[in-house]
Amino acid sequence: MADDSTITAEDPLTGDEIEVPADVEVGEIIDSPVSGAELEVVSTDPVELEEAPELEEDWGE
Amino acid sequence: MNVGILYSRIRRDEKLLLNELRERDHEITKIDVRKHQFNVHNPPEIFEGVDVVLDRCLSTSRSLYVTRFCEAYGIPVVNGPDTAETCADKVKNSLALASADVPTPDTDVAFTTEAALESIEAFGYPCVLKPVMGSWGRLMAKIESRSAAEAILEHKETLGHYEHKVFYIQEFVAKPDRDIRVVAVDGEPIAAMARSSDHWLTNAAKGATTEVFEPDAEALDLVERASDAVGGGLLGIDLMETEEGYTVHEVNHTVEFKALNEVVDVDVPARVVDWLEAQVPAETGVTA
Repeated sequence: MADDSTITAEDPLTGDEIEVPADVEVGEIIDSPVSGAELEVVSTDPVELEEAPELEEDWGE
Repeated sequence: MNVGILYSRIRRDEKLLLNELRERDHEITKIDVRKHQFNVHNPPEIFEGVDVVLDRCLSTSRSLYVTRFCEAYGIPVVNGPDTAETCADKVKNSLALASADVPTPDTDVAFTTEAALESIEAFGYPCVLKPVMGSWGRLMAKIESRSAAEAILEHKETLGHYEHKVFYIQEFVAKPDRDIRVVAVDGEPIAAMARSSDHWLTNAAKGATTEVFEPDAEALDLVERASDAVGGGLLGIDLMETEEGYTVHEVNHTVEFKALNEVVDVDVPARVVDWLEAQVPAETGVTA
C-alpha cells in the first residue's frame, strides 16, 4: 500500500504496480523491486516508466 | 533566474540541485539532450529565456557537443566547453596540469602496442593503463607483469574503439589506501572527502568508504592551481597523498557530489547554487 511519500506506477516489463517516490522527476531512474530492471521516469502526471537505456561507455563524471 | 539543466538522466546529484533551485524560486528548464536537435545557426526553442545552462549530462560526448553549442548560441554554460574538453580527456587533463606545474603522476601516451610496452617496461611494475575517456574507475588496469601488459594491450588493440588504441600509461602512485576528492568552484573548495578502499581504485562509484577531509594549505593551493589549469568552474579535483606531497591525478567537469554531501556538514548543492547565482548576473545582467 502506497503511503503519502510514494505513489504507484506500472512496471512496463511485468505489468505489476510498483511504488515509486512521490517526488520523482522526469529523467530519474527507479529500480523496480519486481523485475529488477532500471526504469526511467518519462512522465510524472501520471507517472509512466520505461526500461532505462543501458550504461554507455562514455557515461560518468 | 532561469536555469537550464542539460541532462539525459536525473541522478541524486541533479535532484539535489533541482530541489535547491526550486526552494530559491528559480525557474528551471530541464533540457533532455536526447530529445532535441542542435542546429548550427539557431538554438532549439527550449533554450528561449534561459539565463544560464548547467551541464549535467551523464554522457561525456553529449556534454562536449552541447556545451559547445551553448557557447555558439551565446548562452552562458557551466562548465564551459573548453573546460569540459580538457577534463573529459585524460591526455588533455594531464597535459593541462603538467603545463601549469601542478604535480601530477608521470604519464606517457603511445599509439602502438610496441611503443606502449616500451613505456610500461620503463615505468616498471606495477604501472597503470587508463582509457583516455572514461569514468567511475572503469577499464583501469594496474599492470603487474610483462605478460599481463602484453595481454591487456592486445585486448585493447583488438577489441577496442579507436580511442582504446591511444595508450595512456601512468606511473603507479603508492598512495595510502585512499585518495582525496575536493569539490570546488573556481578553485575555492566547497567541501572535501577522503575515499578509502582496500582496492587500488578508490572511486566512490566502486564502493569506497568516505570521510570528511580538511584540505591543508598545500592542498588548497593545488586545488586552486588545478582549477585554473583546466579553465575553472564547478569541478571535482582528485588528489593522492605521496611522501613528497600531493599529486593531482585528475579534474572532473560534471562532478558528482552526492557521496560528498552525505559525509560533510556543508550543504553542497546550496553552495553550488550560491556560486551559480553569483555567476549569472555578472555574465548576463540578470538579477538572481
